[in-house]
Amino acid sequence: MIKLLFFARLRDDLGCAQEDLALPAGVDTVAGLRAYLMARGAIWQEALARGGALGVAVNQDMAQASTPISAGDEVAFFPPVTGG
Amino acid sequence: MPVRVQTEDFDAGAEIARLRAGNPKVGAVAAFVGVARDVNDGGAVAKLSLEHYPGMTERALEQIVVEAHARWRVIDALVIHRVGSLKPTDQIVLVAVASGHRGDAFQACEFIMDYLKTRAPFWKKEVTPEGARWVEARAEDDESAARWQARQADVG
Repeated sequence: MIKLLFFARLRDDLGCAQEDLALPAGVDTVAGLRAYLMARGAIWQEALARGGALGVAVNQDMAQASTPISAGDEVAFFPPVTGG
Repeated sequence: MPVRVQTEDFDAGAEIARLRAGNPKVGAVAAFVGVARDVNDGGAVAKLSLEHYPGMTERALEQIVVEAHARWRVIDALVIHRVGSLKPTDQIVLVAVASGHRGDAFQACEFIMDYLKTRAPFWKKEVTPEGARWVEARAEDDESAARWQARQADVG
């Protein structure tokens, strides 16, 4: 299993803050996971299709499209940060 | 504890006093306080709420402070960032850096703030007369953070 987290506008758009997901076969990177989630339907497609503007963290460190994902990981998707 | 994420307000004067208390090596303290305004993107703002990613936020802020220590002669640094419901005039963030001399303190303080704006997972939502809206990230914030990378490239 992996733990998915969604924050801020992304959480609102998806209507989902957290989800436990069995790591799908063939998914082993951030890019692969994102493509898998986008295939879920129009809402997911639109929410996650934000190019470089989408932030991703794996185990609470900022990640890239190529960052590996394996069982037990915590993967968070979020919009660009706006603190300070 | 150099990094705190909290709902409560903070006393910047008391925090600065504590940061340098009893340390005769400190010759300069630079501090920045970010405050909630009543206007943004041309619209009135009545309230705002600040959301964060618990765990990652503290980790990201600690990494930024560690990087500031690596780049400048920093004796001690403090970051306090509030979350939850805020209104205009409320304090949002405090960054304070103690150093031997002002140059290190000023630069490290600005660096921490610039990196915080682009790397620490906080999100603001504003309540306006037209309803609630998520605040959009600004390109200028990315440019401000990128300046420090360019400077490091010059040095390194």
